[in-house]
Amino acid sequence: MRLTSKVLVSAFLACLVVLVPLGGAQAADAPSPSASPTAPTGPATPPDGAYIGVTLRDSSGAEKQPIQGATLSVSSADGTEVGQGVTDVNGRAFIAIPERGSYVVTLDTATLPSGIEFAGSPERTVNALLEGGNFVQFQIGVAEKVGPSLGERFSAAMVNGIKFGLIIALAALGLSLIFGTTKLTNFAHGEIITFGAIATYVANRGFGLPVILAIVAAVIASAAFGWLQDKFLWKPLRNKGIGIIAMMIVSIGFGLFLRNIFQYTFGGSRESLSQYVNQQRNSYGPFALADKEIAIIVVSVVVLTVTCVLLMKTRLGKSMRAVADNPALSASSGLRVDGVIRSVWVLGCALTGLAGGLLAVNSQVNFLMGFKLLLLVFAAVTLGGLGTIWGALVGSMIIGIMVEVGTLSIGWWPGVPSSIKEVGALVVLILILLIRPQGILGRAERIG
Amino acid sequence: MDFGNILNAALSSALGPQAIVFALAAIGLNIHFGYTGLLNFGQAGFMAVGAYGLAVTVVTYDQSFWLGIVVALVAPMVLALVLGVPTLRLRADYLAIATIATAEILRLVFGAVETKDVFGGSNGLTGFASTFQDLNPYSKGIDLGIVSFRRGDLWSLTVGWALVALGCLLVWLLMRSPWGRVLRSIREDEDAVRSLGKNVFAYKMQALMLGGAFGGLAGLFLALKQASVVPSDYSTNVTFFAYTALLIGGAARVLGPVIGAMIFWFLMAGIGSFFSQATAGDNPLIPEWAMTDIQASLVRLILVGLGLMLLMIYRPQGIFGDRKELAIDAR
Repeated sequence: MRLTSKVLVSAFLACLVVLVPLGGAQAADAPSPSASPTAPTGPATPPDGAYIGVTLRDSSGAEKQPIQGATLSVSSADGTEVGQGVTDVNGRAFIAIPERGSYVVTLDTATLPSGIEFAGSPERTVNALLEGGNFVQFQIGVAEKVGPSLGERFSAAMVNGIKFGLIIALAALGLSLIFGTTKLTNFAHGEIITFGAIATYVANRGFGLPVILAIVAAVIASAAFGWLQDKFLWKPLRNKGIGIIAMMIVSIGFGLFLRNIFQYTFGGSRESLSQYVNQQRNSYGPFALADKEIAIIVVSVVVLTVTCVLLMKTRLGKSMRAVADNPALSASSGLRVDGVIRSVWVLGCALTGLAGGLLAVNSQVNFLMGFKLLLLVFAAVTLGGLGTIWGALVGSMIIGIMVEVGTLSIGWWPGVPSSIKEVGALVVLILILLIRPQGILGRAERIG
Repeated sequence: MDFGNILNAALSSALGPQAIVFALAAIGLNIHFGYTGLLNFGQAGFMAVGAYGLAVTVVTYDQSFWLGIVVALVAPMVLALVLGVPTLRLRADYLAIATIATAEILRLVFGAVETKDVFGGSNGLTGFASTFQDLNPYSKGIDLGIVSFRRGDLWSLTVGWALVALGCLLVWLLMRSPWGRVLRSIREDEDAVRSLGKNVFAYKMQALMLGGAFGGLAGLFLALKQASVVPSDYSTNVTFFAYTALLIGGAARVLGPVIGAMIFWFLMAGIGSFFSQATAGDNPLIPEWAMTDIQASLVRLILVGLGLMLLMIYRPQGIFGDRKELAIDAR
C-alpha cells in the first residue's frame, strides 16, 4: 500500500519536471528601469532650506526597485510651477521650494521607464510644513489600472478564479481524502498548506534550489510530514479510542501550535521566492496570463487528474473507498486499515503541500496564509459534498471563481468589496447547509 | 528576573477583566458543548455581535445606552436562531464549520472599509461607555499588596464578577431542573431523547441561544471594560482560547469555566511575563540567537496549542470534570 503512494509522489515529480522548459524560459527578473540620458548619475543631494523630496518605487516587485530618470514638477497651490526634478539611482528627487505651504507634485508619466505601468493619480498634494525635507512617495505598480473594460475585468477575474480554484482544489482533495477515510474534520489542514509554502521557501532561499525543484522538495517534505503526523499523533489517538470530536479539538490545538511555531521560526513578514516574482502577463486572445500562472494551472490540472484516475483505478484507490465506506468490514476482509489511512495522510498532505508551494510561487509566503484559506477549503469541500473526490473539485472551482468574479460590479450587482471577498464563499457555505447539506455531489442520506 | 513582577502580572490577569471575559464566554460554551454536546466554534462571533450591538446602537444610531444594552443582549440570541435553523438538524461537525464561518464573516464585515460608516472599520467604535463609567461608585482604586487595580478597573471587576456569579447560579439552577436533564440526555443519546417524545431540535435551539447570550455578554463586558470595540478582538483564536479555558476547568461543571479561565490567564500572563523578562535587557537570560523579544511573546501561544492537544488526549475532563459526565463523543 505504501509502495503505491510512493508511485503517486513520483507522478508529481514527473509532471513538474515536464514544465521546466516552460518556466525556465521565462525566468525574467523584475523589470529594471532603463536609465534615461537626462538622469543624474550619482545620488542626488537635498538642497539647503525647504524642499520636497520624492521617492519613486516600483511596488509590484518584492524588492521595491527604485525608479530612475522620471521627471517630477512641483507647482504651488495657484498653479505656477516652482521647480522640476529628475529621480536619481535611488529613485529620489529633491525640489527646492520657496516657502512652506501647500504644493502639488506631478509625475510626468511619459518619462517613466518602459515596462512600468502607472495607475492612479499622477498628482500628490503636499503640505510642506517642515523647514527641511517634506517627503512624498509614489507607489507604482500597486494600484489597479484605472478603467479597463468590463470584459477585461471579467476575463482577468475568471483567470484568477480558475487559478485560485485549482489551488484550493488540491488542498480540498487532501482534506476530503483524510475526512473520507478517518471522518476527521482537520482544523490543522491550513497549516499543512503553510508548511508546503514555507518548505518551498526554505528549499529555495535556504538551500538555493531553483523554485521548481524547491516545490518538488516541498511536496516530498509535506508527504513526510503527513507520514509523521499519522505515525506519532493520529494513529496513537485512533488506537487509544479517542472519539472524532475530541480529535477535532486536538486538531485545533495542533493547528494553533503549528501556526505559532511557523511565526516563531519564519517571522511575521511576507517573503518572496527567488524566481518568477514579477512576470509580465502575455495576452492569449481574451485572457492575459503570466507564464507562471499557466504553469500553476497546468500542474494543478495534471496532478488532480492523475490523482483522481489513480483513486478510481488502482488498488489503493479501491481500498481507500472501502475503508471510507466501512472500516470494520474492510478490516475483516483482510485490508490493512491502518496502512490505508497512513497512505491517505501521506497523499493528502502531499497534495496540500503542493497547493502551498504553488501559492508561494503565485504570490508570497506568510505564516498565516494557510489558516486564511482553511475556511474556503472547508466551504469548497462542504459545497461539493464532504468526503467525495469529485465534489471537492467541483466545490473548489465554484468557490474559487465566485470569490474572484464576485468582486466585479455587473448590472444591479454592486460587487463584493475586494477587502472582504471571502465573505461570499462563506455565505454560500451556510446557504448550502440550509438547502442541500450533503453538497452538490454528496449522496442524500440522513446526516443528523 | 523579578518573580514578584511575574506573579503580579499573572494574578492581575487571573482576577482581572481578561479572565472575566473568558469566563463568561466559556460559561456559554459550557452550555453548548459541556451540557448539550453542541460544537460551537464561533463564540467570538456571538461576542462580536454583543459588543457591536451596544456600540452601533449608541454611537452610530445615537440611541440611549440602555437600549444599546438591550440590543447587545438580544442580538446574539437572534444570531443563534439564524444559525441554528440550518445546522442543528445536521451532524455535529456541520455546526462547527457553520459557526466558525459565521464568526469570520462577522469579523470581516465589521472591519471592512466599506462598512466604516456603521461599524467604524478596523479602528472600531468608541465613545459609548460613558454612562457605564459614570455609574462607578468607587472614589479610588484598591491595593491588595501583590496586585492593585485602578478605580475604573475596580468597577469593571465588580460588575464582571457579579455577572459571572449570576451566570453560574443560573446554570446551576437550570442544569438541575428537568430542562437541564433533557439537555444532558441529548448530549448522551439524541435518538433516545427523541424516542421519548421530546423535541430535540427545540431544546438544542434553546441551549444554543442561551449559550450565545453568554457569549454576547462576554463581548458586551469587553466593550464596556475597554470602552471601545475593535474587530481584531473577536478573531477565531478567542474562541479557541475560551475552549481551552473550559477544558482546563472541566466541561459540564458549573464552576469549570470560571476556574478554567482564571487558570488560563494566570498561566498566559505568567508565562508571557517570564519570557519577556528573560529576553529583555542587554544581557538576556535566553540569548538573542535562541529567542528574540518578539518570539518570546509567541511562546505562550505555542504552549496553548500544545496544552489544548495534551488536555484533550490525556485529561479531557479537565481539573474538576467527571469523565463519565463527559461523553463528548456521541458518534
